[in-house]
Amino acid sequence: MIKLDGGFIQNLGRVYGLYTLGFLGFVILMAIFEAAGVSNTVIGWLFVAFTVGIYAMIGVLSRTMESNQYYVAGREVPAVYNGMATAADWMSGASFIAMAGGIYLKGYPYMAFLVGWTGGYVLVASLIAPYLRKFGCYTVPDFIGTRYGGNLARFCAVVILVVASFTYVTAQINGTGTVAARALQIPFELGVWIGLAGILFCSMLGGMRAVTWTQVAQYIVLIIAYLIPVFWMSNKLGYGLIPHFAQFGAVERVQELEALLGVGSMMPTAEAQAEAGKLAALKVGINDASDSLMAKWKFFTLVLCMMAGTASLPHVLMRYFTTSSVKAARQSVGYSLLFICLLYLTAPALATFTKLSLLDPNVATSIIGKSVAEVSNLEWIQQWSNVGFLKVVDGNGDGIVQINEFFMRGDIVVLATPEMAGLPYVISGLVAAGGLAAAMSTADGLLLAIANALSHDLYYKIIDPKADTKTRLVVARIMLVVIGAAGAFVASMKLTGILGAVAWAFCFANSGLFFPLVLGVWWKRANRAGAIAGMIGGFAAGAWYLYMVQFGGMTPWAGIDGLRFGMIGMPVSLVLMVVVSLMTEEPDAETQKMVEEIRVPSGKTIVQQ
Amino acid sequence: MSSKQNEHWTKTKSLTTTTLVIWAIISFVIHWFGEGLNSDAFPGAYFMAGMGSQVAFAVLVFWFASRQNQIDEEFGFGEK
Repeated sequence: MIKLDGGFIQNLGRVYGLYTLGFLGFVILMAIFEAAGVSNTVIGWLFVAFTVGIYAMIGVLSRTMESNQYYVAGREVPAVYNGMATAADWMSGASFIAMAGGIYLKGYPYMAFLVGWTGGYVLVASLIAPYLRKFGCYTVPDFIGTRYGGNLARFCAVVILVVASFTYVTAQINGTGTVAARALQIPFELGVWIGLAGILFCSMLGGMRAVTWTQVAQYIVLIIAYLIPVFWMSNKLGYGLIPHFAQFGAVERVQELEALLGVGSMMPTAEAQAEAGKLAALKVGINDASDSLMAKWKFFTLVLCMMAGTASLPHVLMRYFTTSSVKAARQSVGYSLLFICLLYLTAPALATFTKLSLLDPNVATSIIGKSVAEVSNLEWIQQWSNVGFLKVVDGNGDGIVQINEFFMRGDIVVLATPEMAGLPYVISGLVAAGGLAAAMSTADGLLLAIANALSHDLYYKIIDPKADTKTRLVVARIMLVVIGAAGAFVASMKLTGILGAVAWAFCFANSGLFFPLVLGVWWKRANRAGAIAGMIGGFAAGAWYLYMVQFGGMTPWAGIDGLRFGMIGMPVSLVLMVVVSLMTEEPDAETQKMVEEIRVPSGKTIVQQ
Repeated sequence: MSSKQNEHWTKTKSLTTTTLVIWAIISFVIHWFGEGLNSDAFPGAYFMAGMGSQVAFAVLVFWFASRQNQIDEEFGFGEK
């Protein structure tokens, strides 16, 4: 049994090395089981039980009653491991399950997410994370509350954090439910609650400490699960050993095919689309970077919103509170990005190879151009049609599947790839375990961010400053369960698709928190009144705009749709914060001195908890 | 603020500005060309969004971290 005491940090390489080998051994064992005739359902169950069991075990072993361990993992997480944990914290069900499918269906414009979700880390490293680490806070509202002073500023930050993170967490619990339902063959609603139980096991007893070490374990599972099928496909299709380099040749072939099959010109008929409901046909090419000003503007605004959101989402920023120094926090941002890129560099390759396997008539697995009868008889088509993930609608009645007659949910690009490409079921089980790891790790980080803000900032700092450590940590755990249950309840009602809600979270965060955080470090003159005006004004403007565009029937201004409402919230927040700060008195000498100290890496943290 | 602190902050600001200028070029300027990056020989727009920018960001962050560390040590503000 692994002991999580002083020796643990020194032995991390050995512990996680053994764990990785153990996991690979388990995958091989499952492959042997499959060859021996064990049913797919049993293999699916074993994958979920084995991985979730390990996470839960780590969670239990990391239990703690010390506030420093519970809130910031004792500030002893090495930069590389914090990078891995951040990558798992960061890459959600949306990245793992929906990203490649989005690129598949929506083509080049969708790749703005890839640029935005990686480039945001440059802002994290250069503007925010190292300074917050020096500050020594437990939560993001803790920084806002101490830097600007007063309960109102702290409270505003807590509200924005809760709204942004809760929007995000429902999407993750939804993702957990989707994968669990598929792998375990149980109803979605039940999957949601089982997923929640797993998530709580990882976070409840040990807080940040437990979440950190499970996230590292989850990263290892998710990255293995993402990479193996893509490498396999690239080699099977004969494009080369390394998909990342092989994909460019494949893209050119895909572009030829897309032109030939009429992607972008052959739109689904209205009746066919009505029959397919929310499923989508392929309408945008993989490399259709239009030269229109609107297309460029939309790419730019999406990139900007996702970047600023990355730099203001509390569950990401709080990961850098756990490193041992300011220097390590900076390096850790680099490692985070490196580990994130491993997956994000692979997503376009996966989308491209999936396109080839479905579109290219020279490939055995292709379906476009074949007869409807033949396609409908394929096992994977039947399986995924049954659960409502895809549909073939013969719009023109000629008995042949055209590009505008095949409708699908983007998620199946990742989830069904193994079956589509004719890989053994063990790979499907592996992918399910990876998707589960991705959704669970993000849900853990988000739930913890919310619960910590409520217990530390709202309860301890505002309501009962005299509370002892034990009470605070009990409150923190009660909050975790309550928020988790609320998230699972909302998710079980299936209100939004995975990605809609995720992009909203980024825009809520950047509308309300980006400028108060950045200017708190970089502009000494920023004061309480300005920060409060910036938070309330930016957040309210963004939320109002989202409501009007999404539900109020308003035509978006200049192409700024519900995914980009940060383009409204952020300028409002910036202008209000600067104007109100300048109109009111400058911060007192003590606050200004505090800001100067944040800027010096060495020495003690500002806040001593 | 001591003059040492002042100078340290001036250098930090200039490094951060440089980093953000490079960041803006990789994030926005290059992608503004969109279709212009594509040629018959190579899918440049797809390459930049799918790989080029991401790798450049990672290199940029590591470069920034090491430069900032040098600045900190120069002024005796480095950590063990």
